[in-house]
Amino acid sequence: MPLVLNDEQSLLRDSARGFLAKNAPISHLRKLRDQRDETGFSRDLWKQFAEMGFAGILIPEAFGGTGLGYVEAGVVMEELGRTLTPSPFLSTALLCAGAIARAGSEAQKKENLSKIAAGARIGAFAVDEHSKHNPSKIALSAKRSGNGFSLNGTKSFVVDGHVADFLIVAARTSGEPGDTKGITLFIVDPKTKGISTERTIMVDSHNAARIAFDNAQVNADAVLGEVDQGWKVLEGALNVGRTAVASELVGAGEEAFSRTVTYLKERKQFGKRIGEFQALQHRAAHLYGEIEITRAAVLKALQTLDEHFDHAGPIVAIAKARAGATATLAVQEAVQMHGGIGMTDEFDIGFFMKRVRVAQELFGDANFHADQLARLNRY
Amino acid sequence: MSDLEAFRKETRAWLEKNCPPEMRKPMQSEEEICWGGRKWKFHSEAQRVWLERMAEKGWTVPEWPKEYGGGGLSREEAKILQKEMRTLGCRSPLDSFGIWMLGPALLKYGSEEQKREYLPQIVQGKIRWCQGYSEPNAGSDLASLATKAEDKGDHFLVNGQKIWTSYADKADWIFCLVRTDFSAPKHEGISFILFDMQSKGVSTKPILLISGKSPFCETFFDNVEVPKKNLVGQLNKGWEIAKYLLTHERAMIGGIGLRAAGRPVSQVAADSVGLDADGRLADPVLRGKIAEISVDEMAFVFAMERAGDLAKAGQANPAFSSVLKYYGSELNKRRYELLMAAGGADALEWESKRSKEGALARAWLRTKANSIEGGTSEVQLNIVAKRILDLPGA
Repeated sequence: MPLVLNDEQSLLRDSARGFLAKNAPISHLRKLRDQRDETGFSRDLWKQFAEMGFAGILIPEAFGGTGLGYVEAGVVMEELGRTLTPSPFLSTALLCAGAIARAGSEAQKKENLSKIAAGARIGAFAVDEHSKHNPSKIALSAKRSGNGFSLNGTKSFVVDGHVADFLIVAARTSGEPGDTKGITLFIVDPKTKGISTERTIMVDSHNAARIAFDNAQVNADAVLGEVDQGWKVLEGALNVGRTAVASELVGAGEEAFSRTVTYLKERKQFGKRIGEFQALQHRAAHLYGEIEITRAAVLKALQTLDEHFDHAGPIVAIAKARAGATATLAVQEAVQMHGGIGMTDEFDIGFFMKRVRVAQELFGDANFHADQLARLNRY
Repeated sequence: MSDLEAFRKETRAWLEKNCPPEMRKPMQSEEEICWGGRKWKFHSEAQRVWLERMAEKGWTVPEWPKEYGGGGLSREEAKILQKEMRTLGCRSPLDSFGIWMLGPALLKYGSEEQKREYLPQIVQGKIRWCQGYSEPNAGSDLASLATKAEDKGDHFLVNGQKIWTSYADKADWIFCLVRTDFSAPKHEGISFILFDMQSKGVSTKPILLISGKSPFCETFFDNVEVPKKNLVGQLNKGWEIAKYLLTHERAMIGGIGLRAAGRPVSQVAADSVGLDADGRLADPVLRGKIAEISVDEMAFVFAMERAGDLAKAGQANPAFSSVLKYYGSELNKRRYELLMAAGGADALEWESKRSKEGALARAWLRTKANSIEGGTSEVQLNIVAKRILDLPGA
């Protein structure tokens, strides 16, 4: 398959870009932040997003979705990255809907998928327990109890966990932290007794939650996939999340870069436009190359998810590692080249730096993924 | 089964049948590359047979048109061939400047007669070409070149000097930039001509490099007579061809690391620093650097693939080859710095049996030219700033 977007994918990109530029430019995020919005995102916008078919992008048509693929999901994520729009698209449409569509029972699909596609149900994917992403270390315990399981432990950095109608929780049913065997996924109602949720507003004004489970009781039919065999489903969902966030990072990095190049052509000092200085030209040209190389790696990862889902691991690691590092360079150069104005809250470029730091961390930073690749290659 | 799937099966079967086992072993050094040409001595019967069989199918140049001896494959078919060759570990049957540089320029600018004359010889590895571009006073500022070609009726009379001519002493023919109009602005008086290195008045002198090897030469032209029919394109319009060819040269140099011979850095490092109880390299800082370059190398492979696909789709910016050249050559230098760090003192042996006479150290030193030849990294960044980013005054 050629490593370029096809015509339909390009049209999808244009329509997502047009929609977001009109309805959710960066001023949208700024307003949510400044008004201290109680959810930190817009439900109306999410409804509109669903009406355009985006919420059901990974959901089969039989359940009201559009049944598209990971390349299409990545295309939308990249556009969300350009506008930094807080949206349940990642948590709900990609992580949760994707996992349920791939591994859920008929009953679980029926209960969740068409509501997600309609924008009427928000889900959050609860994996991390520590400050650094390391899913095999999951310790939150699920012990058999009565007709189901009793959950004990804490999840953090649960994106959209503060507004979720349901959670997918990765828990340990056997083995020790560090084992990939013994992990089970549960679909959980966050209003269950014993669950307490703290909204965590992150540095980028997007939202996550810290969720504590204190003898929270769930039924046996809450298990997504099979008991003790959850690693494969979890890893699949994480690979989708990682590649999606990598796409978002390409969008955010490229937008920050493009604004910077525009600034280099306008800003005058010493009687010249600062873009005439070779010191800046070379750094801009270097960054352009980094972004384009990363773009190729991310598209390759998306295509691999579509074609060989179970073998995408190494390419996903490459894509997320590259995207994290490249976007980080892009926002650092963006602030530096904008000079003093880049440091002001009034100017938008700082929002990119904040979002990229969060997205770099989400589902493993560049160091985590480089380490993964080294492990896969046995060194 | 789709057509492409059928092609994959056929290709796999053909390669398994026709690629000799010796040609499926990884190359130990650059010495094992097959360059072809009139003076070429095959290293083995297997190398000869492999070139012959691939050339017969046109698969030394899979995407060139069949009428000029190429494989006539579509981009997707060529990718399949490449992938199957990689899977089976097949070596490249032929590397050549004819394939990477002159061929694409002739396909675009050559006359029908020139295409029929020169392209099949490139496909078959019969003629080895060298590139007469740089001069002592025309390096980064290539367009200021001064080698002159005077119009003498039925021929040009060429006088001047080239430098950094790769393998000029081993090449059969040269594609050469010459000045045919001294009064015009520097970009508008250049022509692109071809001639036989055996012509009277051509002499070469290898330049000893820091690697102790001489891949480059000084090349002198003293009243060399070149037939008029060897002019490619129009008189004084050679700069356009020169630039087009450079985009191909840059993509080629950018990909240099991808064709690199030898063992992966991680294995070299495992031998010298060992693995810890968890199977990780015992030097964690070195391990981190190796992991980082692995990420970048794979990403670069995808970037090369995408650049080719964009070109095929008509969406490529020609200046993008400067990105590939810049990134690929810097990447190769990084790779060899890590190989030297991983190899430690063993890698420093210049004259000894176990070091294969300093093969790694010499290759490391050779890579330092990657970011100079074909236009320095700084020149590539200038081109990106000007032609892609459209920055002022670039």
